[in-house]
Amino acid sequence: MSALMQEPATGIEPVEKSAGGAGFFLTLLKDRKAAAIGLGILVFFVLLAIVSPYISPYSATSQSCAVFAPPSARHWLGCDDGGIDMLSELMQGGRISLVVGFAATLVAMIIGGGVGIISGYFGGWVDITLMRITDYLLVIPDLVFAMVIADIWGPSLFHVIMVIGILEWTGTARVIRAQVMSVKERVYVKRLRALGAGHTRIIARHILPQVGPLLIANTVLTIAIAIYLETALAFLNLEDPTVTTWGTILEHAFERAAVSSGAWWAIVPDGICIALVCVGCFLLGQAIEDALNPRLKIAHLSLTRWKIRTLAGRGADAT
Amino acid sequence: MSEARASVSRVGEPATGGATQPDAAATDTPGASGVPLLEVTNLVTHYPVRRGLGQAAIRRPRRWVHAVDGVSFSLSRGEMMALVGESGCGKTSTVQTILGMVKPTGGAVRLNGTDIANLPERRMRPLRRVVQMIYQDPYESLDPRFRVRQTVEEPMVVHGIGGSRAERQRLTVQALEQAGLRPAEMYLDRYPHELSGGQRQRVAIATALVLGPQLLLADEPVSMLDVSVRAGVLALLDSLRRDAEMGILMITHDLSTAAHFADKIAVMYLGRIVEEGTASEVVRNPQHPYTKALLSVVPKRDPREALAPQILTGETPDPVDVPAGCRFNPRCPVAVERCRTEDPALRMVAGHLTACHLA
Amino acid sequence: MSGLLEVEDLHVWFEPPHAAPVHAVQGVSFELRPGERFGLVGESGCGKTTTILALMGLLPPNASLAGQVRLDGTNILAGGEDSVRPYRWKDIAMVFQGAMNALNPVKRVGWQIAEPMAFHGVAEGKAALKRAGELLELVGIPARSAQRYPHEFSGGMRQRASIAMALACEPRILLADEPTTALDVMVQAQILELLTRLSAELGLSVILVTHDLPVVAQTCSRAAVMYAGEIAEIGPMDALYHNPRHPYTRLLFAATPDLYGDDVVSSIPGSPPRLDRELTGCPFRPRCDVPMDRCADVHPRLLQVGAGHLAACLRAEERADKLAEVR
Repeated sequence: MSALMQEPATGIEPVEKSAGGAGFFLTLLKDRKAAAIGLGILVFFVLLAIVSPYISPYSATSQSCAVFAPPSARHWLGCDDGGIDMLSELMQGGRISLVVGFAATLVAMIIGGGVGIISGYFGGWVDITLMRITDYLLVIPDLVFAMVIADIWGPSLFHVIMVIGILEWTGTARVIRAQVMSVKERVYVKRLRALGAGHTRIIARHILPQVGPLLIANTVLTIAIAIYLETALAFLNLEDPTVTTWGTILEHAFERAAVSSGAWWAIVPDGICIALVCVGCFLLGQAIEDALNPRLKIAHLSLTRWKIRTLAGRGADAT
Repeated sequence: MSEARASVSRVGEPATGGATQPDAAATDTPGASGVPLLEVTNLVTHYPVRRGLGQAAIRRPRRWVHAVDGVSFSLSRGEMMALVGESGCGKTSTVQTILGMVKPTGGAVRLNGTDIANLPERRMRPLRRVVQMIYQDPYESLDPRFRVRQTVEEPMVVHGIGGSRAERQRLTVQALEQAGLRPAEMYLDRYPHELSGGQRQRVAIATALVLGPQLLLADEPVSMLDVSVRAGVLALLDSLRRDAEMGILMITHDLSTAAHFADKIAVMYLGRIVEEGTASEVVRNPQHPYTKALLSVVPKRDPREALAPQILTGETPDPVDVPAGCRFNPRCPVAVERCRTEDPALRMVAGHLTACHLA
Repeated sequence: MSGLLEVEDLHVWFEPPHAAPVHAVQGVSFELRPGERFGLVGESGCGKTTTILALMGLLPPNASLAGQVRLDGTNILAGGEDSVRPYRWKDIAMVFQGAMNALNPVKRVGWQIAEPMAFHGVAEGKAALKRAGELLELVGIPARSAQRYPHEFSGGMRQRASIAMALACEPRILLADEPTTALDVMVQAQILELLTRLSAELGLSVILVTHDLPVVAQTCSRAAVMYAGEIAEIGPMDALYHNPRHPYTRLLFAATPDLYGDDVVSSIPGSPPRLDRELTGCPFRPRCDVPMDRCADVHPRLLQVGAGHLAACLRAEERADKLAEVR
């Protein structure tokens, strides 16, 4: 009453490499134009920020031309109220703005990712407590809260980073929590529990890699919000006035009546830079999110249809 | 309720000192001591039914799912037992309790004589090496981001065995080959999605084998696989219990598979074993009306062998409201008055155990 | 021909982005007679589900289709989606794989059964709901259960409800894709009995797609065994079991344990070929237990090996040739 014939383990064929990890992003960039454009914009600004000290034509802190001098061959984007070259100032400001955006996002992702993973993985009262805190932060108006905190702590770049970080983790925490809750129900996680594997190991080796791409998508989206929020805080004079960021440039130009003087070059290029970085982040982040969401791939919602074709060169009777 | 097995002393009562022995005893080979590998006695596992806030507010009494309600059986090394029944009969809960993933409400689970049912997690951990589980869906039970090598090595890392990297590699290769994946080197660096269903299930089995377990719990190990490879995986389990002397407890809903590969079959209904015996006894000489009905509806391969199906109406009732008397009486085609009031105990009928007044 | 539905040289191929086209169905031909229960058997990925989805034109946009599907002699696929749509659900209906878990949880079951009637102009409003109740009675559920929600139904009842849904527009052909796979044996028996009864009482033709040979053996009178997108063997169920002429059919039966059988159950080595490349010779050759040299080069055609019994195997071909010589 037994069968003792083995299934010989033959017939294994070379298979194309998986689309996990780096492959996921490569196919993403290939498939979605928006992702490539977004990444292009971001890479451009990051590279510019890195090389700006070597290529910026003038000093970003000392006078090099007349007050509100219009754009010219020597000063492409003109000068501001202190006679400082706008292009050099923009490059310098971009450096700081990006650092603030990235640092604040890092803080937000560590808190948001951590809260999301712990909440989703452990569930129960841990989840309830953490999610109530998240809910409170979620309903507080960002800007008002940031103004209050920045005012209490005093204006400083570090404070701005922390304030933005503390404000922007909530959405990420919610999204990550939902994903973790579904991953932890997967059989292989249960198998590892039954094996005796600890929580740290399961989270670090099995859950984090699964929510990784989602975390990256959220990171990119949060960078945009962080830079936007930084600009807003600077504009409201809640940032260290001695530091040059895209936000303080705007604020300065506004305060020194650049608009009424007709010096559009002190405001418009700066605004375009902020907008471009934000759009770049949104394009890339949205594309990653869409690629991760299988519901957007449902075929029957497609407008194209299957086709009746003649059998050209396929099948047994071909050629 | 829990005295179902009291009237029969089929298995010699274990030494009373068994439960107080140190844990180390459980990992030792029992040798000729006569203690079975696994002994489940009057196992009861109830889950609370979730109450809504409103129901809790009006203090509606908590209700319980009687998932496992007094199950007893034993399994020796080198033996394969099939736990058969419809969904909701408690077979999965039984296995989850044995695995220590669910704490039982009552009863004992003895592994080589040591009661593991109520051990704290810290003391349970070393014992997890002895009991390993194989899951139904090989597409779900392997981490899609882990290569075969990492998947099979992981249990060793978790339990801190295998010392060096080279030693772990040797044990990994050995486990893969034991699971029928030869040459193992061909599989080490593959991802699960690069393997067929049968190969994945073999990798899952290798992850269990790498710790050198004595007891394998297999939850529908082939039901998600293609018909053409099922026999191979079952033959592998068969060889593990013959050659490696493992005890295997297999959950299945497929009576044909159970009849072909298991030594013993236990038929479960609503949290109880209603019939238990050697595979051929249960299949060829069923005594319980539920077993008879189940066997009658198994489709035969030969179209000429027309079925005379004895189709029961409805489905297994909700294990929250267990019927009074014999649990099977509302669906039983031959129930009499006594069945509605008196709960039958398992007793020896025609050479094996049956819980039916009329057998 | 006596076929209600005639499938001739059906091909389906998919063109996924960044990958070679997958030729899922490669020249499938069969006919379905009125009131017949016909089985389509094979391993996963052999093209059986794609075949029946193609019969209803339910394919994703990257699919291409060639061949004919004739209902009462009319090629319903001739004009693509537009020409199949009128037949869908009214003439050919389907119980999808996992349909029992695909009911809308927030709509009453009766409403969900009545919905396709309105789509297809069969009945509307009160009349449709009344008809939904009758359909539920027909599949063995009390008509008043039409007022209930899917979560109040057990698995078997949900599967019955999805069969009732398929019967809403009184189709002549019912396609059932693995209708019992996720069900317990007892519920499986109940559903198979229901399908048998419906085909007998309503004269419904049923195509039962499953990987489970015994289920087909006990339910269908004829069956086709599919392998690598082709029909390997087709014929009366009795002939397939007692006189299989394709090694795959024989090995598939041998891999299926029988409750009282004492024979050794053995698996078929290897796995089915990939369908995204051209196959030369017999697709089953690498797994065959009686391969010949010729099998590597010659693609076997389906040949008559008995009354209504065809097999695509060079060995069967040889025997057929010899028989012809003797005659």
